[in-house]
Amino acid sequence: MTAAALRARVAPWILLGPFLALFAVFTAYPLVTSIWLSTRQTFGPGYSRSVGLGNFAQLLSDPLFWTALRNTAVYTFGCVCIQIPLSLMLALVLNRPGLRMRAPLRLILFSPAMVGVVFVGMIFSVIFEKRTGLLNQLLHGAFGWDLDFPWLESYVMPALIIATLWQYVGFSMVYFLAALQNVPADLTEAARMDGAGPFRRFLHVVVPAIRPVGTFVVLLSIIGSFQIFELPYILMNGLGGPDNRALTLVMYLYQTGFQTGDLGYASAIGWAMALVLAACAVIQRVVSSGGENA
Amino acid sequence: MTPRPPRAPHSRHPPHPPGSSRLGLWLCYAVAFAAAGLALIPFVWLVCASLKSPADFFTSAFLPLGEGWLGIAWDRLTLDNYRTLFSDSSIARGLLNSVLISSVTALLATLACAMGGYALARLEFAGRRAVSWLVMAALIIPPPLLVAPGFEVLYRLGLLDTFMGLILPAIGPAFGVFLFRQATLSSVPKEVLEAAKMDSCGEVSAFFRIVLPLVQPMVAAFLMITFLAAWNNFLSPQIVMQTPGRFPLSVMIAQLKNVYYQDYGLLMAGTLVSIAPVAGLFLLLQKDFVAGLTSGALKG
Repeated sequence: MTAAALRARVAPWILLGPFLALFAVFTAYPLVTSIWLSTRQTFGPGYSRSVGLGNFAQLLSDPLFWTALRNTAVYTFGCVCIQIPLSLMLALVLNRPGLRMRAPLRLILFSPAMVGVVFVGMIFSVIFEKRTGLLNQLLHGAFGWDLDFPWLESYVMPALIIATLWQYVGFSMVYFLAALQNVPADLTEAARMDGAGPFRRFLHVVVPAIRPVGTFVVLLSIIGSFQIFELPYILMNGLGGPDNRALTLVMYLYQTGFQTGDLGYASAIGWAMALVLAACAVIQRVVSSGGENA
Repeated sequence: MTPRPPRAPHSRHPPHPPGSSRLGLWLCYAVAFAAAGLALIPFVWLVCASLKSPADFFTSAFLPLGEGWLGIAWDRLTLDNYRTLFSDSSIARGLLNSVLISSVTALLATLACAMGGYALARLEFAGRRAVSWLVMAALIIPPPLLVAPGFEVLYRLGLLDTFMGLILPAIGPAFGVFLFRQATLSSVPKEVLEAAKMDSCGEVSAFFRIVLPLVQPMVAAFLMITFLAAWNNFLSPQIVMQTPGRFPLSVMIAQLKNVYYQDYGLLMAGTLVSIAPVAGLFLLLQKDFVAGLTSGALKG
């Protein structure tokens, strides 16, 4: 074998080496051990005993798990249902022909997405204050809203959703805007020639064209919302909030794994969560491929 | 006002019929500016809040009102919050830790992912399909699933409470290899690499001399993505780090809330200090960043 041929054979593995090594140690191995770990009860790292499928049986009858799952699902549903139409609407507005300052507007709308969730939590923990908080003051000034409206005391879930919308509407909008700019103009024009009004053009030309990106953005925001942790953690000072109304799945995973010290039960929670997300991904596949067959 | 001729990027859109569209356009401006205002208000408020003394914090929503220019008491604004922040807390240490962790993570992750992406896109080797499949499969793993077992791995490797314990697990994200594979496929022509081979340029040196310059926009985007992810990460450092002197800003700010819970001005100053560096970086790299973010979705 010549030197060049040998080199060509080794080169891919040199290039892929760092990724594969780190992937093996920090993704593949933990993924496998998490299956094993989910069948054990641990007392901090290093000490554990087997419980078989006990963790999963316990999950089914654990009221806190169901509370966390319900909260996470409600939060995800609320976020996606408001965020997607809002960001699509904003993308359509920004994509309007003749609109100036598109680039700076896009930049401004996107900018909250680069702020870390922890820092968003810090800002909104003061903005959501009763009486003195900015939100109640602005709403009071504009609509005579109750200055003592208890966002963090009683309306935790709407508060979480509002903060998330502020952060991510612009983020999803960027995807929709990129997709809209790829809609073939001659298609829209042909529909116009055929006498289709703006609404029918949107439904029959724009929607099919942006459908793949749309389902991708929906999936992205479901996955992202499902993993919410920092926002309620900061807003509720590390606890689940009143009646655990802000307890989310990852928060519960964190509490059991790192405050109680049972990494096994935490792994079982992780797998339950992965299962729900996998179901969402399958649904996304079906919905987005349904568009291609139509 | 005379109607402008449509500019280059929109020239494929025919001009709207007059009358109906003028009102629509103004409506669009109204919605867009209202949304931009809502996006900006918390930032503006944050800057104002960090400059107010505790006495002024609740007397006005943004800046204290008074006799000065624009009816604002400019002389009541103070940098005291920043002084206290940098003298009484170890925030400078946190800033340094965050810069260190995030930049090392971003550089190494970008290098590792770019090399891997190039190999998968343009090199022929046995096992290429298997690795490509692995990368695609890894994309669907939700990170929280790896939190508990990942902690055990770090414990066994003796990496708990070390910077390496935060950096190493973040260097090989599968989606990075995926993004660079797509970038290499679309912007590094096969012919260029074959010509380089004729000039007896090896596969590895071709990566540095030819591939990296050609995928430069993705490099900028991915540096930004990984830097932001490391900077904003809270869960991992919260779990991995134990020594307060090694905390990044995210963990330090969250703990500041427990110590100075009543001192909102100080907390907001700390939050602003945590956001400002990445905001600057973002403004610098935003074009590539947004293009890189959306590229996977549009091609995929």
